[in-house]
Amino acid sequence: MTEISRSGSGACARAAISPDAVAEAVERACRACAITLRADCKAATAAALAEASAAGRTREASVLADILENDRIAQAADVPLCQDTGSVWVMLEAGPDVLVPGDAFSQVDAAVERAYREGGLRKSIVRDALFDRRNTETNAPAFTEMRFREEPGARLAVMLKGGGSDNASRVVMLPPGAGREGVVSTVVEAVREKAANACPPLIVGVGVGGTFDKVAGLSKRALLREVGSENPRAEAAALERELLEAVNATGVGPGGLGGERTAHAVFVETAPCHIAALPVAVNLGCCAMRSAVFELGPGGRFQ
Amino acid sequence: MSECASVQLPEQAEALAALEPGTKVLLTGTIYTMRDAGHERALAYLREHGRLPFGLEGQTLFYAGPTPARAGRPFGAIGPTTASRMDFAAPELYGAGIKATIGKGDRADEVSVACAEHGAAYLTAIGGVAALLAECVDEAELVAWEDLGAEALYRLHVTDFPAFVAF
Repeated sequence: MTEISRSGSGACARAAISPDAVAEAVERACRACAITLRADCKAATAAALAEASAAGRTREASVLADILENDRIAQAADVPLCQDTGSVWVMLEAGPDVLVPGDAFSQVDAAVERAYREGGLRKSIVRDALFDRRNTETNAPAFTEMRFREEPGARLAVMLKGGGSDNASRVVMLPPGAGREGVVSTVVEAVREKAANACPPLIVGVGVGGTFDKVAGLSKRALLREVGSENPRAEAAALERELLEAVNATGVGPGGLGGERTAHAVFVETAPCHIAALPVAVNLGCCAMRSAVFELGPGGRFQ
Repeated sequence: MSECASVQLPEQAEALAALEPGTKVLLTGTIYTMRDAGHERALAYLREHGRLPFGLEGQTLFYAGPTPARAGRPFGAIGPTTASRMDFAAPELYGAGIKATIGKGDRADEVSVACAEHGAAYLTAIGGVAALLAECVDEAELVAWEDLGAEALYRLHVTDFPAFVAF
């Protein structure tokens, strides 16, 4: 796809998403993410290492140094950061100026199969959760979703999500009276109980609101945010700071071996909800958090 | 912080149980990969025959499903998976002669009780550094269950594989 497709005319001309462009970005993301620590996670790990070393916390420092060394080896030898190269999640968000054909995801599974075969990545998907747990041998199907947004343009997010950190995640339907305090204790409890299974230092994605099914999506999308980024809403930013402090006070530490850096960041996404509800989701992202976000660029390609 | 101990496997597997929790160990010798689906098969075999399959008595199980061979090494990446998923089978496998297991995360009380009872150990390895851990794997040989793909049973030879005594 070298030429951007157009439909309509004049001011109504719209950029179109092509299945090939989506597939090409997914394949590229799978290969690159599997062997490369996300730049923000790498910087956060290096900062945590400096802190732990300066404070004489040698075991914590050695785990953090291993995470950075692992990244170096993975890229040098073109081998995955983690043996669990994940399930593939693909989310396409499109604005009002973008046309999305119904077959936008039609080439994604073939792209995943190519990336996992050629990249030497582990195939971790079974055909049916309950009735047929034979491996598909391709790591397909990918788990895809489409969202419409108000801003112009489009973006494509790809995440390779490890099974251990997803297993350590949860959705809780709190009564509204539980309020902010209930949200805080839900997040801290999830981390205290399950962080060691999720390969800390973590990125903690928190969704609050929506419905039972939507809240999990909020928490997952929160994992895409960059470590160090500030939530534009002051009250949400304050909650994120409080949660990060509380999560790091659990002492789970890198590798679950104790220490102060249990999480690099806690990101909170909120939404409207029913008067009877306070849905909360906590999605844990591991120390080898693998995701990439592309913007729709000229020529209809994702960059 | 406890100091670091070098342990030969399987010869010194029983010595692991005597080490203080938190001790770092460097494992050299033979270990076997086994995870979810493999545990169902091993447990079924044990219940039917009254002993472990493939002469696993005295051996160490590594809860891991590696990525394919890469760059001249047996596996591209290999690292621990969540140990608690194997808790359904662990007490019986320890009872039948498994001397140590390697995984990540906390486990049920029944597992630590079984370890204490049978002089066995549970070790944790660091999750998320599987390219680095794969450098400790010198050789890998498929023993059984090839149909399980990444969950197949492999016999590994490792050198100075780093782990930490949990209990």
